[in-house]
Amino acid sequence: MEDWRKNKLAFMVFMGPATFWLLVFFTIPVVAIWVYSFGERGPLGQTYLAFSFDNYLRAIEPIHLKILWKSIWIGGLSTFLCLLIGFPVALGIAFAPDRWKNPLLLVVVLPFFTNMLIRTFAWIVVLGSRGVVNSGLGWLHGQADWLLGFAGLPDVMGQFTPLEMLHNNYTVIVGLVYVHLPFLILPLYATLEKLDRSYLEASLDLGAGQWRTFFSVLAPLAMPGIVTGCLLVFILSMGNFLVPDRLGGTDSMMIGNLIAQEFSKARDWPFGAALSFVIMYPVFIFFAINALMMRRRERVRAEA
Amino acid sequence: MTDAKPIISIRNVTKKFGNVTAVNNVSIDVMPGEFFALLGPSGCGKTTLLRMLAGFETASDGEIEIDGQPMLGVSPNKRPVNMVFQSYAVFPHMSVFDNVAYGLKVTGVQKDEIAGRVEEALSLVHLEEYGKRKPDQLSGGQRQRVALARALVKKPKVLLLDEPLSALDAKLREAMRLELVRLQHTVGITFVIVTHDQDEALSMADRAAVMDRGVVRQIAPPDELYEHPNSLFVADFIGKVNMLEAKVAGQSGGEMVVEVKGMGRVTVPHDGAASGDIGIAVRPEKTVLSVEKPGEGVVALKGKVCDVAYYGSESNVLLDTETGVQFISTIQNDARHSALSVAIGDDLWISWAPGNTLVLAE
Repeated sequence: MEDWRKNKLAFMVFMGPATFWLLVFFTIPVVAIWVYSFGERGPLGQTYLAFSFDNYLRAIEPIHLKILWKSIWIGGLSTFLCLLIGFPVALGIAFAPDRWKNPLLLVVVLPFFTNMLIRTFAWIVVLGSRGVVNSGLGWLHGQADWLLGFAGLPDVMGQFTPLEMLHNNYTVIVGLVYVHLPFLILPLYATLEKLDRSYLEASLDLGAGQWRTFFSVLAPLAMPGIVTGCLLVFILSMGNFLVPDRLGGTDSMMIGNLIAQEFSKARDWPFGAALSFVIMYPVFIFFAINALMMRRRERVRAEA
Repeated sequence: MTDAKPIISIRNVTKKFGNVTAVNNVSIDVMPGEFFALLGPSGCGKTTLLRMLAGFETASDGEIEIDGQPMLGVSPNKRPVNMVFQSYAVFPHMSVFDNVAYGLKVTGVQKDEIAGRVEEALSLVHLEEYGKRKPDQLSGGQRQRVALARALVKKPKVLLLDEPLSALDAKLREAMRLELVRLQHTVGITFVIVTHDQDEALSMADRAAVMDRGVVRQIAPPDELYEHPNSLFVADFIGKVNMLEAKVAGQSGGEMVVEVKGMGRVTVPHDGAASGDIGIAVRPEKTVLSVEKPGEGVVALKGKVCDVAYYGSESNVLLDTETGVQFISTIQNDARHSALSVAIGDDLWISWAPGNTLVLAE
């Protein structure tokens, strides 16, 4: 059969729709936002095209850098926790008997069938001062009080005060981990599933224990899945604005909230655009370096 | 070697997966320094048996001892055996050197000792210059050598090889056979190899166990397997065979008279006891083709040539015989113009000396 890439017409027919889609709904808007980021805000919130770096200078003011830094560490911590929870899950599914794999994967993606807003609000129901957890604790408290009353120790427990679990940075992290866990499990599962089991057996056969095999063989071979999953979770967590908005406290503002605010309430599109691109530039640079390294690796391989 | 204790002792081992019996009551002793082959068609349980020796599967019943130690409950990383995997399983994220050093590192061997032993193992498989390479810069044959070096560097009591040559091309496979035998002589370690290729087992092994659907059919040196198979299965699996159904008609003084279906009475030498329905068989290369009816003292059949397959050094002639069974006769093409030119449709006699008859009690 002829290589379909050589047939120009076939190539265009297959690649056309996707190219068109990406161009019109992704590339053009991104370029527009990029152009805005050099613009100026009019007195009534209009966007005037200009060529000024004022927005960028504002974006790197300490108060904004603090928010960016906070987004990075909350995003980073969420990613790390996702990896900690997600790796055993992905491993478990990959090594489960075949007939269990699809049902287990379904369980992982099941939360996606519910709107993210509702899933986030659900945490308020769980963690709120009159939420599920506090009600449960309150009930336990009451029972203990009652039992101690029998033992002749009335009132030692005192009044039950609900725990303040909502509206702080920890709740934001809990929410982000919950929402993004599947984005880590799925690519990691895909990598682990393809992994030749004889690598693990070879490691055991050569005298390594289970832990040694995990860190010296399994983890390095799963690295593509780990990197993909972590990148996805980190980018999504860092840019998330719904979770910090609903579950966070007064000091939980993340870069996503700031950008959303600039585009909506503040009506300062140029500044919002500049803030967006402050995050985008490192991503572009990362991918550029990655592409360069891939090309070099391929050349080394071709020479060998 | 006869007085020595077996290095591997497999006694009445059975392995069930659900309600499938992969290995059924197998007993094998392997002697120290032996090159032992587990031979059989796919699904016969040979790989399962090897994996039980390595510790990746646990026997449902029976006992396995390696070097006198019972292996029940001993995990793979604690066993005095190492394995060369069918896929080689050379770690792709490590250099050749690190691959070979891995088994020493994880068991806490001193760093300066590791370097020396890895060098030694790599030179054993002629890969001295390749230590810094990554596995994706090696050919299939070189990767296999890495897998061999990685296992041998551990100085195991037994080296297990799972279909080691199946992924190599034909020429390389031939060379690797000799190479494996040479290696085994050099290191003096017991080799247990799993293979479905009878040529491989015959040319390399000191002894082989022929397996069929979880059962060992015969354990013997290669020549004995070929010349004295104990069953039709072994005769058919090891090389080609022409087989006729027969009935025992009488037996006296090392000779047996059999009534062959479609052929009449034939007398063949046979010592063992046999009765009722049996099979008599002959290897294709032990038959002779002739135009004239051969003289007395041979077993002869009339046939018509229906196909000739030419292999260069030899040809296989396929005949429809008067018994209704097709026979193959292998003739050597030892002259450029053969004395007997065989063409499809020729009427020929196929004959063999009675001593070449295999008597196969099912």
